[in-house]
Amino acid sequence: MAMPVRAMSTLAWRNLWRNYRRTLIMLLAITVGVWAMIFMTALLRGMVDNMVRTGISSLPGHVQIHAAAYRDDPSVSHSMPAPSKSLLEVLNNEQVLAWASRIKVPAMISSEQDSRGVILLGIDPENEIALGFDISDITGGRFLNGPDDHGVVIGKKLVQRLETRLGKRVVVMSQDPENAIADRGFRVVGVYEADLESREDNFIYAGREVIQGMLGLGTDISELAILGHDYREPEALATSVRNAVPADREVLSWLKLDPYLSTMMQVMDGFVLVWMVVIFLALSFGLVNTLMMAVFERVREIGLMRALGMRPSAIIYQVLVESLMLLVLGLLAGNILAVGTIVWLKDGIDVSAVSEGMEMMGASSVMYPVLQYPDLILANAVVIVLGIITSLLPAWRAAQYRPVEALSST
Amino acid sequence: MSAIICTDLCKYYQQGDAVIKGLDHVSLEIEEGSFICLSGPSGSGKTTLLNAIGGLDALDSGEISIDGERVDLLGKAALADLRLHSIGFVFQAYNLIPVLSARENVEFVMQVQGISSAERKQRSSKILKEVGLEGMEDRRPAQLSGGQQQRVAVARAIVSQPKLVLADEPTANLDSKSMESLMAHFRELNRSHKVTFLIATHDQRVMEWADRLISMEDGRVVSDELQQAIR
Repeated sequence: MAMPVRAMSTLAWRNLWRNYRRTLIMLLAITVGVWAMIFMTALLRGMVDNMVRTGISSLPGHVQIHAAAYRDDPSVSHSMPAPSKSLLEVLNNEQVLAWASRIKVPAMISSEQDSRGVILLGIDPENEIALGFDISDITGGRFLNGPDDHGVVIGKKLVQRLETRLGKRVVVMSQDPENAIADRGFRVVGVYEADLESREDNFIYAGREVIQGMLGLGTDISELAILGHDYREPEALATSVRNAVPADREVLSWLKLDPYLSTMMQVMDGFVLVWMVVIFLALSFGLVNTLMMAVFERVREIGLMRALGMRPSAIIYQVLVESLMLLVLGLLAGNILAVGTIVWLKDGIDVSAVSEGMEMMGASSVMYPVLQYPDLILANAVVIVLGIITSLLPAWRAAQYRPVEALSST
Repeated sequence: MSAIICTDLCKYYQQGDAVIKGLDHVSLEIEEGSFICLSGPSGSGKTTLLNAIGGLDALDSGEISIDGERVDLLGKAALADLRLHSIGFVFQAYNLIPVLSARENVEFVMQVQGISSAERKQRSSKILKEVGLEGMEDRRPAQLSGGQQQRVAVARAIVSQPKLVLADEPTANLDSKSMESLMAHFRELNRSHKVTFLIATHDQRVMEWADRLISMEDGRVVSDELQQAIR
């Protein structure tokens, strides 16, 4: 016999509101639980996303090419030639959004007052901007005009440490391929600020050709950074590039270059699911209790329905439909609240009070919630699926009542 | 439905150390189209017998056949189907679904049976009119008097045209006029559609409508007599 769906649905809906206070409390619990699932996940996703993007967007890129021994000893002696024709073909195809070749060597920068160890980056500024350097990070002076710019751009934190300022001269010293000291004077033409103060402290930018000249490298470079379309899928790009370079080059995606970040990203997916399940488990006790109470209060009515000819399976269906209605209402409200909160906080949550701790993790001091549709779908699916499973016990219990006992209960 | 055959029915209840005999070796045969009243004091086994025949309660021993089918051997789903399609119940307490209106309560069984909306509405309107509840179709049980609720319950029991109606004190809360009207309706159904009625009652006025009177005491049948129905 077909289940009288409409009759059951009408009955379920009206039964839901028999004790409207209890129903409203349960609805509120589900709404808050769903909100927490979605919003907190968006916040965590945003944090990890920010960490990853900050970490890889401007310097590492999605894929890097080095000479084989460079990462063990990032000195000028492990440079490599400029990109070959076959590599340039790969770099100019649609897989690649941007690329930049760099000199990247350890160096010493000295002002009148102090000296610091830094990483000297010889760059093509136009390519670096395409790769992800944010020109708005330049908060004093200007960025470099080209690979032959004779100025240097340093971080705000480094300016403070060196007790220098815009327009002043500094000396940058490193080693050439013959291990001789190579140094040159630069004028500070620009000051930048970064999300991470450690970056401001460590990286200085000069023109690539100027640094190549200073170090006697000719056209050789230290690394080539490549930006693809999706930081989550860098391996395909890495494979294409690997096929176009000699065997003595090391081609690595950011997943391998920064295992901390890649682990964070991988752990995040598992964490999201665990987080959602934990929240729902906390909710489920209330849900089971609500349904059990609803069933206990209607023992006589259930007995009546059995006496009138409803099968035990129909009783189970009846209780499950009631539970489903409660869950759907809670999901609706929770989703609206969560999405509303995320939109409202689209400019981010300022956590600069704990910025040092955030920086240790590689995250900025402003947290932006990032809503990903798979997370939204997952949250709803967890609530529906686990909610139905949780409801099976009270539903089964309801179907077990013997009609004559149920009818005689008070 | 040719016959209800009850053979040596036994049902016992434990109350502390005492064993209460709900049914004590009861045997009966009921023909199709019978109009029977079960009488006896409280605790005599009338309700227990009705519940056993309707498959609402399991027996400790004995057999019940309805139309040749052993009711005592049926599973839960099969018993539910039997009650749905063949048996109408009128309980001692009205037992209406509180969140449904009078009409919806009456239509409930038909909905479970899968009868179309139009036919349900037509039948429920007719039966509610016949039991004197025209104009009250949309009221919920809480908005009806005791007698009105009982009439809704009766309407629900007979609207699906069952072959057997088991009624437990159906007139307990009805005034005389309503009682007469109800019994007349039962009798009409019995005569025109050969619906079998088994009515448990204390009310002498109800007994006057029956063709057969079965008296019970302490779980046993003490007398079983045909009578000339006065009505």
